[in-house]
Amino acid sequence: MRWIRESWRRLRSLTRGSALERGLDEEIRFHIERQTDKHLRAGMTRDEARRQAYLEFGGVEGIKERTRDEFRPALVQDVLLDVRYGVRALRRAPLFTGVAALTLACGIGATTAVFTVVHAVLIKPLPFRDSDSLVSLKHTAADLNGGPPVGMCLSLFLTYARENRSFEELGVWAPGTGNVSNGVLPEEVATLNVSAGALRALGVQPATGRWFSDADDAPDAIETVILTDGYWARRFGRDPAIVGREVTVDSRPRVVVGVMPASFRFLDETPDLLLPVRIDPATLTLGGFNYEGLARLAPRVTAEQASADIVRMLPLWVEAWPSFPGFDRSAFGGMSPLVRPLKQELVSHVGNMLWVLMGTIGIVLVIACANVANLVLVRAQDRHREMAIRAALGARRGRLAQQVLVENLLLGLLGGALGLLLASAGLGVLTTMGAGSIPRLHEITLDPIALVFTLLVTLSSALLFGSIPVARFGGRRLNVTLRAGGRGASDSRERHRARNILVVVQVALALILLVGSGLMVRTFLALRAVPPGFTDADHVQLARVTLPEPQVHDPERVLQLQREIADRLAAIPGVAGVSFTANVPMAAERSRSAIYREDVPVSDQGAPPLRWFRFVAPGFFRTIGTPLLAGRDFTWVDLEERRPVAVISEGLARELWREPRAALGRKIREGSGSPWREVIGVVGDVYDDGLHRQAPAMVYWPSFMETFQGQPLYVRRAVTFAMRSTRAGSESLLAQVRTAVSGAIADVPLTRVRTLGDVYRRTLAATSFALVMLAIAAAAALVLGLVGIYGVIAYAVTQRTREIGIRAALGASRREIESMFVRQGVMLALAGVVCGLAGAAALTRLMASLLFGTSPLDPAIYALATVGLASIAALAAWVPARRAALVDPMLTLRGE
Amino acid sequence: MLVLKALQLEPMHGWGISERIGQWSEHVLQLGQGTLYPALYRLERQGLIQSEWNVTENSRRARYYALTRQGRRQLEAELTQWRRTSRAVNQVLDATTP
Repeated sequence: MRWIRESWRRLRSLTRGSALERGLDEEIRFHIERQTDKHLRAGMTRDEARRQAYLEFGGVEGIKERTRDEFRPALVQDVLLDVRYGVRALRRAPLFTGVAALTLACGIGATTAVFTVVHAVLIKPLPFRDSDSLVSLKHTAADLNGGPPVGMCLSLFLTYARENRSFEELGVWAPGTGNVSNGVLPEEVATLNVSAGALRALGVQPATGRWFSDADDAPDAIETVILTDGYWARRFGRDPAIVGREVTVDSRPRVVVGVMPASFRFLDETPDLLLPVRIDPATLTLGGFNYEGLARLAPRVTAEQASADIVRMLPLWVEAWPSFPGFDRSAFGGMSPLVRPLKQELVSHVGNMLWVLMGTIGIVLVIACANVANLVLVRAQDRHREMAIRAALGARRGRLAQQVLVENLLLGLLGGALGLLLASAGLGVLTTMGAGSIPRLHEITLDPIALVFTLLVTLSSALLFGSIPVARFGGRRLNVTLRAGGRGASDSRERHRARNILVVVQVALALILLVGSGLMVRTFLALRAVPPGFTDADHVQLARVTLPEPQVHDPERVLQLQREIADRLAAIPGVAGVSFTANVPMAAERSRSAIYREDVPVSDQGAPPLRWFRFVAPGFFRTIGTPLLAGRDFTWVDLEERRPVAVISEGLARELWREPRAALGRKIREGSGSPWREVIGVVGDVYDDGLHRQAPAMVYWPSFMETFQGQPLYVRRAVTFAMRSTRAGSESLLAQVRTAVSGAIADVPLTRVRTLGDVYRRTLAATSFALVMLAIAAAAALVLGLVGIYGVIAYAVTQRTREIGIRAALGASRREIESMFVRQGVMLALAGVVCGLAGAAALTRLMASLLFGTSPLDPAIYALATVGLASIAALAAWVPARRAALVDPMLTLRGE
Repeated sequence: MLVLKALQLEPMHGWGISERIGQWSEHVLQLGQGTLYPALYRLERQGLIQSEWNVTENSRRARYYALTRQGRRQLEAELTQWRRTSRAVNQVLDATTP
């Protein structure tokens, strides 16, 4: 109770402070008057009486101050006073305040922006209930391909669903496209084929209607669809009566059973429609790994236990299902599970880069703080006399330190507030630049945790740069300064040491960042130098056209229409070549199958390895610029007569037959039931897995075949047209393309409109993102570091003007004086460079996985960064040194 | 304690208190008069005295301090304590035999 009353009193006295103050004044005045009267009555003169009264009372201001201490919460009041004083002091020095606050804002803003990304992408749990128990199911299949892990096939899913002992829910999903055609214009939409279990595992309820149930996955169920919020709004204007209505997808009517909430995201997919996975066990075989697996672990089951469970189930699966056509059952025996937390699966590939980025930005922040500390030190130097006077007037040392700290905190908060503005602007830039290379981008917002982080960063950096002057001056005997008189503070060695250390640290950190960004530049150049397997990609326009079965039933008619479209496109002025493919290079549009060769008996081949393949039309290689190394390209006759022919990549030819020419005339096929197909041509490799990986071996099939994997009259209905034109990417060309396509067939939309250059740049996106971020950080660090050197030398020059004057008077030449200061700057820079080189060698190891065509210890980069930094540092020192050399000895000495 | 004692009989203003203490102690305890004020404010904060503005005999406004009930109790307690201590000290000092 007591403390409540007490704090209430104190609080009230804060607001009533001035009333109490007046009371105290009046009381003291009254006291003095009475005492004076008393002395008057004793016969003193008025002046004498007054003097005596004051003497007896003691120092009025000191008494007042001590009395005030009694009636108000001193700390709060002092801090408020300090704040007011600090604001005034900062406003009196707008240049200092501006530079310091902006420097801090850059550091804090960048750190906040990057932390927000790191937090949203790497740290924050996925936005699903109890998301730690969500796992992705993949498998490595050493015997099948030895390549990257594969996902799930439907037979495997059914086996797991029946036999598992470790999953609460289990499902499969795969992205796809569909053609929605009721009502207005037909449009291609992004679909997500997802089994009921996958939705249950995620645990997101639909906004209206219901989820898929296992019944929807049955082969004979009524076909159903769930809309996402975006599509519901876009296509149906949020019609509340949508559930139960029919939507025609790929010419088949489907009943809408639900709408997902606006917040729903399926990992990084942004589908329009969710479709059930219709599973007919009667048609399933081993293999066909076209799905991703997703599961929720049962309570108290770890990923390792689930993994062991799968090891147990895999042989059951191999026993239970017929083998994939053309595959020996034993090929599926060598699979092993890869059970990973879903979040890790989603973000692990950018984790390293983001942490490197975070570290980088952290370094920039430290440099910024060092710079501000330097500024604050200079200012503290200038205000040393003020401090000394205040100390002499009775301010306690702690009180002065408190005031300096409050002032620096204010500066920090100002920087932090500006930094927050910068961060929100920077986040926009980051998310734009990171699109395509960073997952979970839609989850990035300046959330409360980011705000708390900013505040913490602000406070700790304010303490970092604010405590340095306090530590330097707090302990000194301030009256020494007063005695030093009008000459200003003596130029103490230890204070210089503080500033020099700051500069050395700055230069060292700047060098680390310079080396880091140099390595990224090197990586980027090395990647750009890799010939991707096509030429002048910016002049290749791509547009996808799908001819759905209900619209064009006959496969031969599909090919005719596609050829007609190609001819119409070729007639557009300025289009130099036209062809089409079912799978755009570098766009992750491709499939794999086993490839058998005729010249080696099956028994000697073992399980034939899986190879990538894609379907192309005649002229495709010429259009995108893939060189033909041997033999010939497909012709329209090959397609129309459905000849069994194939083209293979150089890599595959060399692997199987040592050289491209030797491959011609050999025969291969994709399944034991298919005809042998003659290799008629060998083309250059395409870096399909990205420029930093080896180009994969590739088989090219014609886009229309007699039979493929057991399906007769196989035609690709969704193909991407490629045309070479200098107008690629322009609206005018696109308009002409649309006219050309609709001239051949009405109501078919153009989708995935882009240039091959866009596809190419996407593969570089992660590298260029890291490069740009590191380059910005390094540039900032460099500028800050140089400003630091400049500041130290310039300050030294002003401090030592008198000394310079004497030296000049004693006959030192300008050159000698100049080189004295340049030498000081260069020595600082060199000390920083030595520390920086050691730091860089230690830290760049962490970014090894981001590098290509260089090593973390690339001597050229280190040498370049060192020489560059040292020479720029010399320049930064030379500018103020020159000013020193121009000092007129007579003027300075007379000025004394 | 001295301030409390000075206020035991009647409410008084600051100057009055310092005068009273001076008189009683025959000016032995005449410290810096100013030091009285922090003490007054502290005692008021502790709730041992309370103050109000009043008009003096020469019709000047002045702040009068008065003992609160708690202040009286505190004074009693301190006086008892003091007497006991000072008696003990006196006995030691007056002792003649070793």
